Amino acid sequence: MGMREKIEAAAGRYPDRRSAIMPALLIAQKEHGHLPGPVLEEVADVLGVERIWVYELATFYTLFHTEPVGMFHLQLCDNVSCMLRGAEALLAHMEAVLGIGKGGTTSDGLFTLSTVECLGACEMAPVMQVGDDYHGDLDVARIDTLLDHLRRAGSGVPLAPRAGA
Amino acid sequence: MSERVLLRNVDVPDGHLISAYEAGGGYRALAKALREHTPDEIIELVKNSNLRGRGGAGFPTGMKWSFVPKQANKPKYLCCNADEGEPGTFKDRIIMERDPHQLIEGMAISAYAIGAETAYVYVRGEYVLAIRRLEQAIAEAHAKGYLGTRILGADFNFTVHVHCGAGAYICGEETAMLDSLEGKRAQPRLKPPFPAVAGLYASPTVINNVETLVCVPHIVSRGADWFRGIGPDKSPGPKLYCVSGQVRRPGLYELPMGIPLRELVDEHAGGALQGRKVKAVIPGGVSASVIPESGLDVRMDFDSLAAVGSMLGSAGVIVIDDTTCMVKVATRIVEFFHHESCGKCTPCREGLNWVFKVLRRIEAGQGAPDDIEQLQGLCKGIFGNTFCALGDGAAMGLRAALAHFEHEFTAHIEEHRCPFH
Repeated sequence: MGMREKIEAAAGRYPDRRSAIMPALLIAQKEHGHLPGPVLEEVADVLGVERIWVYELATFYTLFHTEPVGMFHLQLCDNVSCMLRGAEALLAHMEAVLGIGKGGTTSDGLFTLSTVECLGACEMAPVMQVGDDYHGDLDVARIDTLLDHLRRAGSGVPLAPRAGA
Repeated sequence: MSERVLLRNVDVPDGHLISAYEAGGGYRALAKALREHTPDEIIELVKNSNLRGRGGAGFPTGMKWSFVPKQANKPKYLCCNADEGEPGTFKDRIIMERDPHQLIEGMAISAYAIGAETAYVYVRGEYVLAIRRLEQAIAEAHAKGYLGTRILGADFNFTVHVHCGAGAYICGEETAMLDSLEGKRAQPRLKPPFPAVAGLYASPTVINNVETLVCVPHIVSRGADWFRGIGPDKSPGPKLYCVSGQVRRPGLYELPMGIPLRELVDEHAGGALQGRKVKAVIPGGVSASVIPESGLDVRMDFDSLAAVGSMLGSAGVIVIDDTTCMVKVATRIVEFFHHESCGKCTPCREGLNWVFKVLRRIEAGQGAPDDIEQLQGLCKGIFGNTFCALGDGAAMGLRAALAHFEHEFTAHIEEHRCPFH
């Protein structure tokens, strides 16, 4: 199914097409990686809704990115439960290893590093979301293993089975 | 009560599949509800059970349902609040990931009671696995005739749709969630009208939390008296407690409503980490006021926690030990609320920004002698003056931190540094 068909399918779930803007933006972001202006306009046109409605959602909700992000978006939770279990040290470690600050993207485009609000997985704090996956009970060694795994995945090297996956 | 009710399936292999759910007696409560009860009887049953909303506010569920007009020329909607953004809370995620059919059955019975044919589950977008499992479970339930038209031969049609959130804590506020579902920025609505009268698409709408809805099949199966017999009479039932932070065994615990907080932290979750002492506990997500160690004998139910100036909230229990700086915790919590403020009202949008700046300089050792007074004044300006509970929660939490740990704030200001560094 192409983007248009997926958006139409989503729109069918609501009595009002405006409700489908959020699902449509998620679909479009999956397709394009981020949501530049022309993509927002395309979403508005497919749904037949005001462009401003689409813009305002794309800039209000934090999961939408109007700027490009790296192939792997490292989203470390640093809210209270993760902070209490050492999230700060993990952030500092990743900043040092990747050579970027919070919010930055590595020059090879592989990693973007962000901190996020509570991911709702505090039982495995500190926790980080990368793409669709949660990685919990993190420490420096596990972060290093994960980054190594992602680097190889990003460079197309065949992957060995990941321990604990 | 050591029996697990709400979590009985979460450790069953492939417990998220309909075969496992049916093997454990799943969907029998729905069959019983449709065969033996009218919708009004279900509402009465839930009223009699004294079930109170598990999202945080503790409003009586049966009463909420009874506000939906019986005659309406518009469709009625059921919305499940699965936005679960309250820091320290993860119970709904675990239910959706590991036992999604329990939620679907709860929704089907609730929809039958209020006369809704459509439900939306508003799941926060980060919960990718939960979303996938729910969608799969909905398809399975359709194939088996638990969803769809003329469900189990009864005059009842019902469909569930999953709506993915996209990152906004405010969506947990039920009217902001409705705006979000309508494709708008999530901002709370003025009430009245209440959602039961004019909610989603201005139609009668009931919004219930995941944990609230999963209580419903058990009340139908086992009766209101059984439910009311667990924990305090005015705040009864099995309860999910999310324990996290500086504690030996963080995790999700199902225990009766009303157990002492100390028992939960020390006995069930194993107490403080090696060589440390518990200093304070946040009992209900970061919106709930912190309780110092000396207050841990409080019981974990809506009324007992309200009586000590805190709240059960989402039962996100965050344990803080004696190595941790309370100013740092308070600063992080205010930073969260400042970040998540929707911007609709000034006391919250501007006030929290100001509070955050003052706290940050205190934590950095650059606080001024009158900063505590300044913070109290700001809390006064915010509390009771905001559009929704977000700003209130932030102000109440900070006031509690100042009341119990003022000496830590003062030490930062006097010593021009954080004593914990």
